[in-house]
This record gives sequence, C-alpha cells and structure tokens, in this order.
Amino acid sequence: MSNNLLEIKDLNIFFKSDKNPDPIHAVRDLSFSLKQGEMLGVVGESGSGKSITNLALMGILGDSAIVRAEQCSLNNRELLNLKEHEWQKVRGGEISMIFQDPMTALNPFLTVEYQIVETILAHLNISKGEAKNKAIELLLQVGITSPKDRLKSYPFELSGGMAQRVMIAMAISTSPKLLIADEPTTALDVTIQKQILTLIKSLQEKNNMSVILVTHDLGVVSEFSERVQVMYAGELVETGRTSEIIKNPKHPYTFGLLSSRPGAVTRPAKTPLASIPGIVPAFHQRPAGCQFNPRCIHVLEDCKLGKIPIEHFVRCLHPMKETIV
Amino acid sequence: MKFFLKKFLDLIPTLLGISLICFFMIRLIPGDPVLNLVGERGVDPTRYLEMKKSLGLDLPIIEQFWHFLKAALQGNLGTSIVSNNSVWAEFMERFPATVELGMVGLFFATLIGIPLGIYAAIKRNSFFDYFLMSTSLVGYSMPIFWWGLILILIFSVKLGLTPVSGRIDLTFDIPLFSGLYLIDTLQVSVIKAEGFKPFWSAISHLILPATALGTIPLAVIARMTRSSMLEVLGEDYIRTARAKGIKKSRIISIHALRNALIPIVTTLALLFGSIITGAILTETIFSWPGIGKWIVQSITARDYPVIQGGVLIISFIIIMTNIFVDIIYYFLNPKMRN
Repeated sequence: MSNNLLEIKDLNIFFKSDKNPDPIHAVRDLSFSLKQGEMLGVVGESGSGKSITNLALMGILGDSAIVRAEQCSLNNRELLNLKEHEWQKVRGGEISMIFQDPMTALNPFLTVEYQIVETILAHLNISKGEAKNKAIELLLQVGITSPKDRLKSYPFELSGGMAQRVMIAMAISTSPKLLIADEPTTALDVTIQKQILTLIKSLQEKNNMSVILVTHDLGVVSEFSERVQVMYAGELVETGRTSEIIKNPKHPYTFGLLSSRPGAVTRPAKTPLASIPGIVPAFHQRPAGCQFNPRCIHVLEDCKLGKIPIEHFVRCLHPMKETIV
Repeated sequence: MKFFLKKFLDLIPTLLGISLICFFMIRLIPGDPVLNLVGERGVDPTRYLEMKKSLGLDLPIIEQFWHFLKAALQGNLGTSIVSNNSVWAEFMERFPATVELGMVGLFFATLIGIPLGIYAAIKRNSFFDYFLMSTSLVGYSMPIFWWGLILILIFSVKLGLTPVSGRIDLTFDIPLFSGLYLIDTLQVSVIKAEGFKPFWSAISHLILPATALGTIPLAVIARMTRSSMLEVLGEDYIRTARAKGIKKSRIISIHALRNALIPIVTTLALLFGSIITGAILTETIFSWPGIGKWIVQSITARDYPVIQGGVLIISFIIIMTNIFVDIIYYFLNPKMRN
C-alpha cells in the first residue's frame, strides 16, 4: 500500500513483430510514482518511449504489445490485470488523455456536443440533457466563449487552440484522477501554447488532479511542473526536482537537451545552436551498455559494456563531493 | 446549391459530346443497316436507294446528325430501323428488367460485402482476413461469361434447381404494373389467380443472374470496406475514442464505420450506375430481356437510331447517378456543407 496515486515499478513494454523473432524491447525497467494533485514532466526526444508508456497506462497499446510490470497501479489497484470492461471504466473515467494534434484527435464527422456528451454518458449515470448542460459548463471552464454555439460545431470549424480546449473539456468531463497530456501544445501556435498549459495547470490545482505532462521542451516543464523525468531510448535516465535538474543536469543527455535550447548558454553571435549529434537509435539497433553512448560527448570504454544501473539516488540538497579513500 | 446547379449545367456539354462521338463512331463500323434489312443477296438497286432515302440515311452525315439532335432535343429519339418501334418505348420496355436484376444483385453484394469487409478489418491479418481477401480477388477477376455458364451448368443442368434463362415461367401471364416482376407478381389479382407461384418463379429466375452479376461488386465492396475501415481505424480520433473509454462495438459503428462509409457509398453508387445501364454479359448469357442485351442486338443489326438513342439515355442515367453521389457525399460529409 502506498499513498501515491500512481505507482509504477519495473515497467517493461515489448512489441511482437513479424520480421524479428524476438519481441522488440521498447521500454525498459521504468519505475516512477505520482502523488495525488502532482504534476510530473516527462521529457525526451521522439522514440524515447514517452508516448508508449502513456498508452500502456491507458491499456490501448494494441494487440502486438506485451506489457509487464512488477507493479502498475492506480490508487493501489493493479491496472495490468484488468478485464476489458474494467479498462473501459478506467479510460476516460479515472485516467484521461489529451493528444498532440487536437485536429486529428477529434472525430471530424461528429459535433463537439456529440463527442463530449458521449464521453460523459459512458462514465456518469446522468441523463442526456444533464450531460449537455455539463458540456456547456465545461466549455466555459476551459475558456470557450459562447459555448452553446460551439457545441454545434464540427472540429474543422474550430481553431487549433479551441480544439485543444475542447479536448481538455472532454478529458476533465468525468473528473479523472489523472490527466495525461501527451505533448498538448506541440501542434499549436507558440502564442497559444502558454494559454493551454496555464489552463491545464489551473485545472490541476482546482480539481486536485494529477497530471503527466509529456513534452519536448524543458522550458515548458521548468515553468509548470515541480518534478521532471528525462527518458532516453525507452529508459529513465534522470529524474528529480525540475529546478535542480535545470540548474545542475547530471546526465550528459539532459545536459545536451538543455544546451540545445536557444538562449540556454551564451554563445558568440552567428554560431549555430548547440545540438545533440545523431538520433535516438531504432528499437532493433539499441547499443550495448549505456543507450546514449553513441551520441555522448563523454563516452568512455566502460560505457559500452553491460547494463547501466541507476546509480545512486540521494535525498539531499548538498551531497558529498569528496570520496572516502 | 450553386455547386449542384453547376453539376446540372455540366450535363449539357457532356451529353452533346457523347452523342457526337457515338453518332460518328457507329457509322465508322463496317456494315450497312439497309443491307441488313433488305438482305444481301438479290438486292434491287432502286429498292435499296428507296429504303435508304426513307430512313434518311442518304443525307450527308452532318445533316443526319443535325436531324437527330433536333429531334432528341424535342424528346424524340427516333424509331428503330428493325422493329419500327420508338426507341424510347423499346427502352422503357426493357429498363425494368435491368433495374430488377441490378438492384437484387447489388443489394445482396452490399448486404454481404460490407459486414465481411468490416469483420476482415477488425480481424486484420487473421486467417479469416487472408481467406476473404484471396477469395475476393478470385471473385473480382472472375470472367462473368464463364462464371455464368458454370452457375448454369451446376445449378440448372446438373442439380435442376433453377431455370436456365428468362425472367419468369412462360405459363404465367402477369399484368405489368411496375415492370419489376418481384413486385408485379404480388399484385392482388395475380395472387388470387395463381397464388405465390409466379412470385417464386420470378425469384428462382433471378437467383443465378443476380449471383453472376453481383460477384464482382461483392468482391469490390468487401475489399473496399476492409481497406476503408483499416484506414479509419488507424486514425487518431479512434485512439481518442478508445482513450475515452467508449465500447468497442460503439467505436466500430459510430466512430469508424460512418466515416469509412463515404468512399464505399461512392463506389456503390457508381457500381449501381454501371449495372442498371445494362449488364451486357450477364443479360446475354441468361437471355435476360434488359438494356444490355438490347444494345448488343442493335449493334449487331446496325440499328443506328437505337444505338444513338440508347447510348444517350444510358449516359444520362450515369451522369445522374454521379450527381446523386455528390448529393449523398454532401450529406455524409459535414465538411462539404461549408
């Protein structure tokens, strides 16, 4: 028993494939937890396993995926043993999700009203009329003016920011305990980004909801979430308080991500922005040893051997720098 | 509205073009309708010229075309050289037979094809999926003239279950009301006189030709439904629906099928257009007295007015089904309404 809302221990995700006899190991030994009302930032490049982990938490990875974990529980209830009809209650009821591109995530052939009301009716025992009133209320809550007109709209009649607000309204319509926001602003205009994130943050505080905020952008994380975890090639590489990690990244990958931000490091005029060379290795080309070693600027021989343990976790602001001789 | 008005206006140049091409093309085929009529041997030259003149075939081709066009615009498509009946009357006499055959064939093709396609898409890469896709490929590439003959051989000749040709047993005299035997045989007067025998006779005559005719559409519809469903099932909004905790059956029927139906309905309407304008092979094999058989016969006889007029009516129907497709599309896809 733990007090955490979400408790994940040694989560492993594999994919069966026709080409390879061995399943692909997409996420390795991932452990993390989340308290009620807490926001956790998850950062990493494409292919680092962020989205796959989220879809696994929703149980919608598809038939080719194998999900194993020592523990994967929400409110002390093990998720991975759930039957399909139990999953349906969890999805959208206890865990909701919003996606990267609201324009494709909403069904283009159904009205906003239909899509919100449908979600409410799937989880709450209320009448259609009550659900519609609730939908109006929700749209107001997410900052949509003239919600009655908007209910009649089809998604393609909305702007990107407005569509994402509709997605958020839909996601919080059943008062879920956990909201997973999978890069909720990547597809939106920069000017809209902040509005949407501020909205998510305010809803989190108001509803005492836990949020997993997935993003490419460490800047976003530093502003909105207290805790962050950095993922690389299906593994957790660094986790801690956001302010601490921004100031003092320990993993070369986190360091690389931070130095790639414009204005992160002072550099002479007209020199190109720093970047991490190379790309995340494909699933079947994962290196031995440290997953990051082919791209790492500090790579040494021992980095290429064996599995890298999660080295040293310490609950201290000023850890020892000396070594005992 | 403007959109549809434009579609209807497009009718005029299209029909004009088609009649122009058709008119000159048939006159390029070797053969002479007058010779066909009077017989090749022992032709009296004066009688031949007289005949040619009475049919208006002695005039310059451009003038002939002008006469045809003028009459057609007044709603007169001419009279058949062979039977001396008006082309319109001949068409109307045969059209119900073609419609009946086409509707029944396509109805069952749709009724079976869509569920099969949906199931194959849901059970993607399963044995059923592979089986259905390979069977439908066979069905799709089946030559109808061969398939129709095989059906006759097995079910009519060997098993004696169905009649070989025609629309109904000749012993029944059915007063025509709609021209569709499935409806006309259910008239009160017919049932009083003969019971349901004529109705069953009409059905048993329909089974084989409808099967032969429906085979290719069935394969097309099943494959189309499968690929269309697969495409939609891979969309982001299906993932959203799952993430919302919607039941699988509801995701399939409301979120996926509705959207997947758009290309299927389009295909269906186009298939319908091509089928009701004459299933030439099927009608010929089963001696089905419809439009397809009519056109083939008139080409053999070089019955110019019938070919010209028939082709004009057929093209008109096909264009109308195309416009109809656009109208359906308009109602299915909310984006079009803006």
